[in-house]
This record gives sequence, structure tokens and C-alpha cells, in this order.
Amino acid sequence: MAKVKSLAELKAMREKLQSNLDLREKSDDPESLVQIKVAMATCGIASGAKQVMEHMMEKADELKLRIVFTQTGCMGYCHAEPTIEVKVPGKDPIVFGHVDNKKADEILEKYIMNNELVEGIIPVNYETID
Amino acid sequence: MTKIKTHVLCCGGTGCKASAGDEIINNFNAILKEKGLENEVQVIRTGCFGFCEKGPIVKMLPDNTFYTQVKPSDVRKIVEEHIVKGRKVTDLLYLDPENKQHVSDSKHMGFYKKQLRIALRNCGFINPEDIDECISRGGYEALGKVLTEMTPEQVIDEVTRSGLRGRGGAGFPTGVKWGLCAKNKADQKYVVCNADEGDPGAFMDRSIMEGDPHSVIEAMAICGYAIGATKGLVYIRAEYPLAIHRLQVAITQAREYGLLGQGILGTDFEFDIELRYGAGAFVCGEETALIHSMEGQRGEPTFKPPFPAVSGYLGKPTNVNNVETFANIPIIITKGAEWFSKIGSEKSKGTKVFALAGQINNVGLIEVPMGITLRDIIYEIGGGIKNGREFKAVQTGGPSGGCLTAKHLDTAIDYDNLVAAGSMMGSGGMVVMDETSCMVAIAKFYLEFTCEESCGKCSPCRIGNKRMLEILDKITKGNGTMHDLEELRNLATVIKDTALCGLGQTSPNPVLSTLDNFWDEYVEHVVDKKCRAGVCKQLMHYEIDPVKCIGCGACARVCPQNAISGEKKMAHYIDNLKCIKCGACYEKCKFGAISVK
Amino acid sequence: MVKLTIDNKPVEVAEGTTILKAARQAGIHIPTLCYFELAGMNFENKPGGCRVCVVEVAGRRNLAPACATDCMEGMVVFTHSQRVINARRTVVELILSDHPTDCLTCAKSGQCELQKLAQNLGIREIPFKGEQSTYRMDMSPSIIRDVDKCIMCRRCENICNNIQSVGALSAVNRGFQAVVATAFEQDMVDSPCTMCGQCVQVCPVGALSEVDDTRNVMAAINNPKKTVIVQTAPAVRVAIGEEFGLEPGTIVTGQLAAVLRRLGFDYVFDTDFAADLTIMEEGTELLGRISKFMQGDKSVRLPILTSCCPGWVNFFEHNFPDMLDVPSTAKSPQQMFGAIAKSYWAEKMGINREDLIVVSIMPCLAKKFECKREEFSVNGNPDVDYVLSTRELARLIKQFNLDIKDMSCEDYDDPLGESTGAAVIFGATGGVIEAATRTAYEVFTGKTLEKVDFTELRGLEGIREAWVDFNGTPIHIGIAHGLKNARTLLERIREGKEQFHAIEVMACPGGCIGGAGQPYHHGNSSILKKRYDAIYREDANKAIRKSHENPSIQKLYAEFLGEPCGHKSHELLHTHYFDKSDYVEIAE
Repeated sequence: MAKVKSLAELKAMREKLQSNLDLREKSDDPESLVQIKVAMATCGIASGAKQVMEHMMEKADELKLRIVFTQTGCMGYCHAEPTIEVKVPGKDPIVFGHVDNKKADEILEKYIMNNELVEGIIPVNYETID
Repeated sequence: MTKIKTHVLCCGGTGCKASAGDEIINNFNAILKEKGLENEVQVIRTGCFGFCEKGPIVKMLPDNTFYTQVKPSDVRKIVEEHIVKGRKVTDLLYLDPENKQHVSDSKHMGFYKKQLRIALRNCGFINPEDIDECISRGGYEALGKVLTEMTPEQVIDEVTRSGLRGRGGAGFPTGVKWGLCAKNKADQKYVVCNADEGDPGAFMDRSIMEGDPHSVIEAMAICGYAIGATKGLVYIRAEYPLAIHRLQVAITQAREYGLLGQGILGTDFEFDIELRYGAGAFVCGEETALIHSMEGQRGEPTFKPPFPAVSGYLGKPTNVNNVETFANIPIIITKGAEWFSKIGSEKSKGTKVFALAGQINNVGLIEVPMGITLRDIIYEIGGGIKNGREFKAVQTGGPSGGCLTAKHLDTAIDYDNLVAAGSMMGSGGMVVMDETSCMVAIAKFYLEFTCEESCGKCSPCRIGNKRMLEILDKITKGNGTMHDLEELRNLATVIKDTALCGLGQTSPNPVLSTLDNFWDEYVEHVVDKKCRAGVCKQLMHYEIDPVKCIGCGACARVCPQNAISGEKKMAHYIDNLKCIKCGACYEKCKFGAISVK
Repeated sequence: MVKLTIDNKPVEVAEGTTILKAARQAGIHIPTLCYFELAGMNFENKPGGCRVCVVEVAGRRNLAPACATDCMEGMVVFTHSQRVINARRTVVELILSDHPTDCLTCAKSGQCELQKLAQNLGIREIPFKGEQSTYRMDMSPSIIRDVDKCIMCRRCENICNNIQSVGALSAVNRGFQAVVATAFEQDMVDSPCTMCGQCVQVCPVGALSEVDDTRNVMAAINNPKKTVIVQTAPAVRVAIGEEFGLEPGTIVTGQLAAVLRRLGFDYVFDTDFAADLTIMEEGTELLGRISKFMQGDKSVRLPILTSCCPGWVNFFEHNFPDMLDVPSTAKSPQQMFGAIAKSYWAEKMGINREDLIVVSIMPCLAKKFECKREEFSVNGNPDVDYVLSTRELARLIKQFNLDIKDMSCEDYDDPLGESTGAAVIFGATGGVIEAATRTAYEVFTGKTLEKVDFTELRGLEGIREAWVDFNGTPIHIGIAHGLKNARTLLERIREGKEQFHAIEVMACPGGCIGGAGQPYHHGNSSILKKRYDAIYREDANKAIRKSHENPSIQKLYAEFLGEPCGHKSHELLHTHYFDKSDYVEIAE
């Protein structure tokens, strides 16, 4: 193993290693971050939720967004799978239906980054599940 | 490449490890592999979560689900339900004893709500055997900071201003201690980490070493830089194999990264650490005894001065700090003295880790800000007294401490208040007692411990404690006199006044504090020959209430001495000459006919 | 300098002075128990363990041990406040509560420091009743360990390890069970103990004492079939007076001879005679080795080491098995005396060996062990039957209601009673080698010494060395007393760093005058100094001061032995050594 030769090198190392622990760091105080819950019941998985989640996680990294991704059970919108719930701190959670990769990008880039409305919201009186 | 979506943190502390912790981890890995999820889920063996009452603990991230008392056989369900389907396994969640609700997130559990984890910041969060995890949490940056941006004087000043006091018991200001050692010139100095945790039931230091060994290593190096030492020694008891292993792994990794050894982080600073194993004598927690033990001498204290800062290990200036003290250092350097000194009470800064034990619902390891009240610890964090019984006393500071009572429940806990109340901080043992504890028997218990652990060097401790124990034994057997109580107090006072080291000087504390706070109970033992808690066997007997007894004979059948007799369906009675007071009949009787008199 | 007040008295002392010493300087007596100092001998025992010397220091939470607390500027000390006296008294009561109260029959009765302390504190009863420590009694030929009486002062441990480097004693166990013992609590005879007995000399109580042989000696005296003769070692005559209230260093040679006759010994002889004999043998051996060496024989082992001291012999047998051929093979004076008495003299007197009892009066406890060595007996009959220490003899004299002060001087019997000044100085460190030098010089150079006093060899320094000019041949002499000093010197030699021709070693600090069988000095090293001076006074008073000039010795060679180191000498006066390292482990 190579020796760490300076404090700067140590800090660089930290930067590099941080992503490994990011998931834990983020969950330490998830309320302060954007949380995305992906419905991962049979219906969701069948409609490609898994792949969408992967894609979103990669995209979020690309965009340097700190988002907590969690899987959750069936949200009851089997007709609109894959569904995801997005909770931006200080706002009510919003559920998006029929999320594919394109929609996912849109949600990240527009809704989360720029606070623009994105279509596909399932407008129901919905309470977040834990 | 698939992204890791879930981290499974499995407690790898000694307690959870003993309860099949390793099997749980193995099952996770096997089942995840079977499901093809091994690249999506990472299983991490961490240090202690503290909530040992409910171990083994498994924590799921990122949704912070806290599973308690997990059995190896539960793992499949967790994988299939939680990981695959995103559904929490409700029956493994923590059940709030108050409102009988399942709580999934540890943040919302009473046990964690009032805690503030500084020394334990990485325990239960990182894999202690992976230095990369430590570095990604900012590990060794404090060392880097002092080596490149601070002079030794500045480091000592920072630690002094933080108000950090020794966590080993006496509460001596850490920065001042470093300063004393720094000013002594010598060709070689030593930094010693006192990991000889000896209080019965205390495991703060063990958990830190098991859960976050790098914080101790980093702090020792910082101390070395501050006082001008190049050698560090960890005096650790051989009964801590897991902590030893984790430290060894951590030291090896730190050396590989050049964080120990010569030219640390490209500077010309040199520091390395060796482990020294102790045989587990309580007195070796006393720094001079510890040093003698490390030198291969009999583990006996010597009179101070000379202090180790002047003449310590091999006669060289030596700075001895406890594990928990060290664990606070890196974060003080990173976040600054001001940040640290805002936490805690006026004279006791920061937090303190306690091992909460006894008749309390949530037994475990807790870290709380100084100044918190006993009430908060016992009722909020500890979840109250077991079985809804009445709180009677809390023993702090281990065998050197004393017993505090209900009147101290709202006392803010810090070094000085505890001493003023007749106890002490000690290393952080906290044993909660309810009305089933006899305070005379408790004092006797602690004295038995100090008698066994006394090194025997000075007469007051060697003989005096033995004589106190004999008097207490006499009292618990119903042979005590009021004169014995006077003698007990005189002896306790003289031992406190004359014993050589901290062990002897504090060993009478359990006796003195119970004499002060539970005088009536002593008098009852001596005058009325009664033990209200029913603990002192010679002072109690069982009686069958002939009105309540239906003559079922269950008690007689369970009695190992055949001391109970009576006709079927008629009231039974106990022959007290035969009775050995084992209490089996008392436990057996469904009709509440048997009582302690 | 540091200024402080002790009991309201202003005191000024040098920095680093303890409260105990400062108080003494101010004429204030603070009682001590574990504390022990042998001033000038580099021995101070202050573990701070007994807590008897505690004093009150204003502003301190606890009482401070005066023996281990240094004075600080402005300190206010109270040595006898209510709090101090109560604590001190309680501590002594506690110690007594775990101490047998058989004072009347205890070996240390009257000399016991705990007894004295209890008396001074006016303790009439022990308020604490409880368990008493009980241990197995350990009897060696020299020393009795009655560990029930041990008060953990650690003096024995300290002197055994730090002055003697023997390492036979150490604290074992913890808490109430803590006690000073041998490793694994084995018997002393199975330990590296050299029987030097310095532990007995410093023990404040009766935990360590000498084996008492007075009854055996009296039985022999009262047995009409036995002829009982006695020899007295040089150091006894300058010390035994102390037991009878005489000033230390009072020489009572004549009175000693008189009182021994009163006790019933048939003949009163002198070990000094045998000391002269030793010089003849050892001196010859030394010269032989030096001559061979100077002729280029490199197989010769130099330096020659003296072998008079049985503690020292035990020590090198345990610790220097690789150097067993270095010490002189000459027996000690005691054993030479026994060998000659039971051969030459017995034959001369027509007494059967079996009917002759040889008793030694020795300042030493190791001598009791030495006389029991198998190689010092003939068909199971020992050359020396019994050894009494100076203290035992004093007890015997008191038993007869005699007092050495009242005796008029008498002479020793002939022929084994005649001796020279060279023999007397065997009793002090450096004496043996000075005596040997006096003879060796004259034999080697063929010249008569102008000045017999080799003052360069004298003194109480732990390790001394000097060059003596043997008429142009410089002879390098080393001297060590105290076994740690001996170890240091021997290790220097073993490493080959230095070349000595001869080295004298005495196990006890000061030599035999500080022997473990001597009256207790209680740490007063001026007593040792006075005995030391007396030895040299006695030497100066002697008409003959060179061993080879002793007429009885000359006669012995002429009539019986032939020549020094000759065949007969080898048979009777020389011995060999054993490797006893197998049960000694010295941790370096």
C-alpha cells in the first residue's frame, strides 16, 4: 500500500473514498436531503423499477446531487409503475408515475435542481409511508 | 456496474458477536449471494451500537431501520422482505416499552434521542477494520492538521481550552497534563493509552477500541507530537481479544499508509505504537501501577510525586490518558476547542460515555453531554426501571464511586457535582438499583471487589478494607451492633485519608455513601435484624399465609429441602430450620400466599 | 532551600528533602515503620506502604506520608494533629489486627519495631477482630520465615533485590493475601536465596529470624561424653558488647573468651587462628596463579576471588556457574578451623572425632548453612557442628544471667587460639585482601613490609579498587561488599573489560561487621562504622600483624600440614564448587 505523503493527499483520498460511505453519511440525517423512494414491489420490479433506480442513482452522481434513494413496498399505484416518491426538504412529497429513464432525468434536472414542475404527478391525497 | 443501494450494518462488538453476530453476517452474505444481490448490498461489520440490551443489532441504510435481537434465522426474512421488497420486518423492530409501538428509526428511539455521540462518533457506523472507511470520515486529518499547521504549544493550548478532562475517573484537565509532560526535557518520552478498563460492568473503552480504533491511534500520535514523544504504548487487558485484534489491524493499516512510523504525512514527525497486555488487575488502571506493570514489575502504585510526567515508563516523562479521553482529541482538533467547550456543563466539557446497567430497561452503552440529569439518563435513555419497580439508587463510578438516591435525580451530572454528592464520575459505570437491592449488600459487594483487587501494598487498603468487609458481613448476617456502624465510619474515613493510591482512597466511597444516604437501612439490619429488600438471607424468612394458601402442594413439591409440609387442600407451613431461603416456593405460588418476612 | 513550618516551627531545608527528614532536622519525631535507611550504604526503603508516618499538610485532601513527600515552599505541616493521631493509631491497630500477638515468645521481642510503635501509641487492645493471615513456616538451615508476622514493609524484598541482587524475595498475591515470599512460595532452600540473612537484619518484626541453635549447643555442653570447643569469628568481638549496653565498637575479646568458659565450653579457640591459616593457603594460591600467569600460562584464571564468605559462595554458585574455577579453592576460616580441630587437634588430644563438638560464634547466618554442606563432613560427621550468631550467643549469656561487661579478660586457649592482626581484619570489608597482601607481598618479594597498613584497600565504598606495588610488579586488587556490587564487579570481569589479580567479596554491607547474625542495627549505619573502626584498632593493637608470622600456624605446618597448598592442605583445607544455576533464573 502506498504511503500517504501529505495532508493534501489524505484529503484527496478522503474525497475519493467518500462515495463508499456516502450512503451511510446521507442516512445520518436524511431529512435534510432530497429523498427518493422507489416502489419495489412485484409490479414495480416487473415494470423496470430496478433499472430506473440504477439509472437515477448514476444520474444523480453525475449531477452531483446528494439524494437518499430507498426502496419501498407497493404504493398502490400498480397501474402507473414504476412509481417514485420524491421528497424535497421543506416540501410535501410528490409521487411520479410511469417513470422511465427519460422521466427520471427530467425529475432530477427540472424538479429537483430547478424547482420546475414536471408532468406525471399522481395527484392524490397521499401520505408518505415509513 | 450496479450501484450499492443498501448498507447492512451488523454490530461486531463483543456482546453482539457473542450472540451469534458472526453467523448473522455470514447468513447475510450467503443469502444475498443466492439472490444475486451481493453487488447491490454491502454488509459491514461495525463496532458497538450501544444498545446491548437488544443485541444483536442490525441496522439497514439508507432508511435507518434498526432491527433488534436479530437471530441468524431472521436474516432470510430481512433480505427477502426489506431488501428485495422494501418492506420492514415489523416484529424485529424496537418495541417502545411505554406506548407499545414499534419504532423503526433509531433516531426516534428514546435510547438514542438524548444521546450525543462524540467519542463514539464512528462506533456502529464504520467498519473498524477498514482504514479507508475511517479516512473517508475525516480520520487522521486532525493529525495532519497539527503536523502541518500547528505547533506543539498550540495543540496543547487547543486541548486545554477545550476543557477536556480525563475520562478515566479523576477528571484531571487533559491539556494541563500534556503541558506538564511537554515541558520536561528527555531523550525519550512516552504516550501511554490506559486501556485497562476494570470497573465491573464497564465497557466504554473496549467499545471504542473495537468500534473506532483509529481515533485512539490518531490521538496518541497527536499527543506524541504535542509532548515530544515518538513512542506510544497501549496498555490493554488480555481479556479484550477483539479490541486487541482491532487495534493490531488498525496499527498495521496505519503503518502501511505511513500514518504511523517515520515521516508521517511527509513531515519529519515520527511516532509508533506498541501494545502491552495486562493481566486484568483493577489497580493497574492507576497510572503508576500501570507503568510498573508495563515495565514487568508487580502492578503496584507508587506515591506521586514524582508524577509520570516527570518520571514514568522506564523513568522517562510519560503521559497517560484513558481511551475515551483520546477518542475525543481528533474531533477537538478538527472542530476546535470552542465547538467542544460549548458542549457540557460549566466545568465539565463535552460528553461522557456511560455503561448503563442494573435494573433498567435499556441496558447499554450511552454517550451523553455532561450536565444531563440522572433522570434523563434513567427514564429517557434507560427507559425506566425494569418491571415498573420503584427507583432506589444509582451507583456511579464503579467500586470507587458511591450510591446516589432519588434526591439526586435532577442533579446535573459532571465531575464536580458527582464528587459533591459523595460519588464520582469514575470511568463511567452506572448501575441502577430498585427496591429489591439491599444497600448494605451493595456496599459489601463493592468492597469485596476492592478487597480482591487491592494490591496489598499499603496497610489501610490491605487490612482496613478487609476489616470493613468483615463488619459488613457481620451486619448482613444480623450480628452487627451500633458500635460496628461507628467503627465502620471511622475505618472508612481513615482509609480514605491514608491509603496510598486512588483505589484505596476511594474504596470506602460505597460504604460512606450508603451510610449517608441509607442510614435507616443499616440501622434496620443492626437493630431490627431486618433486610427490607429481602436480600440478606439471614435476616429474612418466608411465611405462608394460611388464609391465602389453598393447599395445592406446589410449593412443597418444589422445595429442595422438604421444608414445607401440610395436608392436601389444607394450609401449608414452612419449617424455618430446614429452609435455605432459596425462594423457589415464593416463585412457584400462584396465589400470593408466600411472603418475605 | 525550601522554607516551611512543621508543627508551627519554621524549618528551612534543601530542596528534595522529605518531610520526615525535615522534621528530624527540627527535632520533631515522626514514627515510621516500613521506612528504613542505611545512610551511606545507598539503601533507602520508602515504599510508602505502612502509612504510619502520615502527616497533615494544610490544603491537601489526604494525609501525606512524611517519608515519601518532599517539602515544598510554604508548606504547613502538622505531625501530631487529632486527625493524624487517629489515623496513625487506626493504621497501627489494623496492622496489629493481622499480626500474631505472641510477642512474649517472638524472636524479635524487645527488638520489634511494631511492638515499640504500639507501645508508644498506647494501644492496649485491638478493636478489629477478623481473619488472620496464616502461612506455612519456612525453615532453612539459616533463616526462619514466619510469614504470618509479615507486615509488608518490603525492606527484605528491597535489600534482597536492590542491595544483594539475589532476587529471592518479592511480594506475591494481592489484597489481604499479599505477602513477601519466594517465587511460587517455594522453600528458601529451593530458591536463589544465598542465606546472607540481610533480610533478617532489616525485618522490623519477627517475620524473618535466625534459626536458633542454642539448645543444641547447651545439650552438647551438658553431655559429659562430648568435648565441646568453640571458635569466635573476628567481627563478633566488636559487636556483642552492644547487646549488653556497651557503645558500638567496644572491643570485648578477652571478656568474650571468659564468658564462653563460664558457659561451659571446654576449650575456647579463635576463628582468627583459622583466618591466618586461610591467608597461608589463599595467599599461596594467589601467588601461584600470578606466577604462572606472568610466566605466560594463559590457562590460569585471574583474578582470584576470595571464598571466605558463605553467602558469596552461594551467590556465585547460583549466578556465575561459568566462573566456578575463578574463586580460591580455600575453605572459609570457619571450615578450616573445623577441619583442623577434628584432625590435627583431636589427634593431638586423643579425642575421637565423634566425641568432639565444634561450635562457631559467627556474625553470620549463612555460616549455619555452610557448616551443613555435605562436602564439609567426614562420614556424616560435620567439621563444624553448630553455628551460633552473635545474637544467639548474647541470649545464651543472658540465660546464664551473665553480663559481658562484668567479665575480666581471659586469653584464648592454645594452640588454635593464637592469631595475628591480619586475621582480625577479616571482619571488615577489604580486610581479607589486606591480610593476604601483607603475606603475599613478603613471600613474593622476599622483603619485609615497612608499613603493614594498606589504607588504599580500606573504606566503606561499595566497590573499591587499588594497585599495590609488589616491588615493581603492580597488582590490581578489587573489593566489593554487598552482593549487587559483587555482581557488578564480576560482570565487568566476565566481559573481559578489566584485568584484576585478586578480588575480595563480602556478601554483607560492611563485611562481617554488618553480618546478619550481628546485633540489630535498625538502620543506624554509624553502628557499622564504629564496629569497622574497632576492627582496625584491634589489628593495630596486635603484636603480630602478618599471618605467616603466627607461631601456631608455623607449628601447624611444621608438625602436620607440611607446606601451604600441599597435599594435606588440599585434602583438609580446600574445597570445590557446584553449579547451582538450575534453580536460579535471573531476568536480565
